[in-house]
Amino acid sequence: MQNKNLVIAGIPMTAQTLYDKLWQDHVVKERSDGSALIYIDRHLIHEVTSPQAFEGLRLAGRAPWRIDSNIATPDHNVSTDPVERQGGYAAVKDETSRIQLQTLDDNCEEFGIAEFLLNDIRQGIVHVIGPETGAVLPGMTVVCGDSHTSTHGALGCIAQGIGTSEVEHVLATQCLVSVKQKNMLVRVDGELKTGVTAKDVVLAVIGKIGTAGGTGYAIEFGGSAIASLSIEGRMTVCNMAIEAGARIGMVAVDQKTIDYVAGRPFSPKGKDWEAAVAHWNTLHSDQGAIFDEIVELDAADIEPQVSWGTSPEMVAAVNAQVPSPESFDNKVKQEGVARALEYMGLEAGTPIQNIKLDRVFIGSCTNSRIEDIRAAAQVVKGHKKADSVKQAMIVPGSGQVKYQAEQEGLHQIFVEAGFEWRDPGCSMCLAMNADKLGPGEHCASTSNRNFESRQGFGGRTHLVSPAMAAAAGIAGHFVDVRNWEFQS
Amino acid sequence: MRALDQHKGLVMPLDRPNVDTDIIMPKQYLKSIKRTGFGINLFDELRYKDEGWPGKPIEERELNADFVLNQDRYRGVSVLLARQNFGCGSSREHAPWAIEDFGFRVIIAPSFADIFYNNCFKNGLLPLVLSEAQVDQLFREVEANPGYELDVSLKDQTVTLPGGETFEFEIDAFRKDCLIKGLDDIGLTLESEPEIRSYEQRRRQQKPWLFGVISPEQVGPEQTSRDMTDKEQA
Repeated sequence: MQNKNLVIAGIPMTAQTLYDKLWQDHVVKERSDGSALIYIDRHLIHEVTSPQAFEGLRLAGRAPWRIDSNIATPDHNVSTDPVERQGGYAAVKDETSRIQLQTLDDNCEEFGIAEFLLNDIRQGIVHVIGPETGAVLPGMTVVCGDSHTSTHGALGCIAQGIGTSEVEHVLATQCLVSVKQKNMLVRVDGELKTGVTAKDVVLAVIGKIGTAGGTGYAIEFGGSAIASLSIEGRMTVCNMAIEAGARIGMVAVDQKTIDYVAGRPFSPKGKDWEAAVAHWNTLHSDQGAIFDEIVELDAADIEPQVSWGTSPEMVAAVNAQVPSPESFDNKVKQEGVARALEYMGLEAGTPIQNIKLDRVFIGSCTNSRIEDIRAAAQVVKGHKKADSVKQAMIVPGSGQVKYQAEQEGLHQIFVEAGFEWRDPGCSMCLAMNADKLGPGEHCASTSNRNFESRQGFGGRTHLVSPAMAAAAGIAGHFVDVRNWEFQS
Repeated sequence: MRALDQHKGLVMPLDRPNVDTDIIMPKQYLKSIKRTGFGINLFDELRYKDEGWPGKPIEERELNADFVLNQDRYRGVSVLLARQNFGCGSSREHAPWAIEDFGFRVIIAPSFADIFYNNCFKNGLLPLVLSEAQVDQLFREVEANPGYELDVSLKDQTVTLPGGETFEFEIDAFRKDCLIKGLDDIGLTLESEPEIRSYEQRRRQQKPWLFGVISPEQVGPEQTSRDMTDKEQA
């Protein structure tokens, strides 16, 4: 504290990063071994990573520490078929899935935890409904048994994925045992070209720093291009921080953040609102704050991205070609690329735009919010799905996104074009339910992982933005959405 | 949790970088509500040629004889030798559950993904980081020598090679202590209950909007899109 007023070269010594501030605000106790107990404000729960945690509580005779910190919903393993969905859990054909879904409801009931049930309009992918309902607010610590929890950092939070043992730990103690991460700033300055989206930005970042480039860091995304993104776009960026190895991605709070949060069901009201906004306005890195690592990208250099391999770092611009293993610098990487090309059934030198698609998936916690659905609809309008594309699915991220899209008539655009309009859930992003790729099928997907068999046994995933996926569904192969002929 | 202090065991090399948790434990097995029984499906898509699903009888599965796990010389392995960024991707703890259930106790790699690394310690598994050069050397030695074993001491933070050479590794004190003693994390944290309570009380006073907003009563009954339309028309 002695250094409080010390200023060196115009920079106050107390200058903190956003992550430093949020960390400090949540430390319950620092331990002599370097770990700390961090207080958790919000815990999101879904059916796949929670049953063993609740079972653990039961076996140890423990109760949740603070019920009102938790909110649950089924999302990973729900059917997105509107007809099957109407039948509720009883209509789920696979018994193991039915038991898993029912177990979530039973556990929430037993422990008194609030849940948005399967066919509630507020149900959806946890990372869509958290911000949408105001359950997640700026300045919080947010955890969930899902690695894409980093999404919520877009509101100026420390949000991170945890394993099931930690789900149980948070339920029982309201704390996480944590070691402070290092600070990384990814700064994207300049103006994004028309047709280049938040998804292209984050894929380009991962392409640059690699799938382990952010390991051990909390990444703050900053710069004028990030500031220009909507909150939904910032969520897309933070969502994929984990694909660069960082558990935590975040963006500073600005007026857009506060406008986004205002008026949501669980957002503060009245006097609380004023106090909250005053606090939230401090949630940015101080001028002169020191980052352990800074990565810079020029927004003008970013083109629409398409992944060609089996790791999210294996991306190229839409006008480029599939690279050759020899173009990489070390042996381990070269072997990895060769294996990826074999799995993907692609030859080095193939123009990205020559890759033909069998299926299109627009959805997931990365890209299923209203602006994603609008972007896809804008491309699809007045066109028809290519005959060679077997299926093109639009899976809105939540009941409210679905409702909003229907109010705007977007579902009709899709249906008229031969695209399927589904009910909300994680769907083909991880393919736990019936939505999946067949062996060898190529998919233009707005999800976050192109791992082997991620979207179905032997399936081949290409990660793209919603507009790029929609255009690929019409053309039957990848096209540069910047040249798209929009029909009004 | 099973304690681990010292472990000597047969080594299996898995020579590919960025092994993700989807490859370690495919999603179809995540439908289980148990935390045991995953070992049989560890590396399912590398280990078998056919598509697997929960409960599919093992005698119907088609083994991939080329995959290391199916080779006779690696029967009884308990030390997994891997490449960089092992365990990346999904936070599913089913991945370390499967690795532990199969019989592994130690994983050696030049780097691990954060969430996976953390999950290992909750399950009596030691993920251990050595340099790229040391890992390269181990890959060469294990491939050249059937029956290759490593002796790992967590207490001394060493890996001893069959030839007597010793590699040291780093590990943070808290995790080391918990694993050696097989400590229950939750019990340990609850020893700090007074500090958690007083922190929480302070927070409640300073930021009341973070408390008391979410409950089954506040969420209320199931709402449908028809309720939304009615509300908007009203």
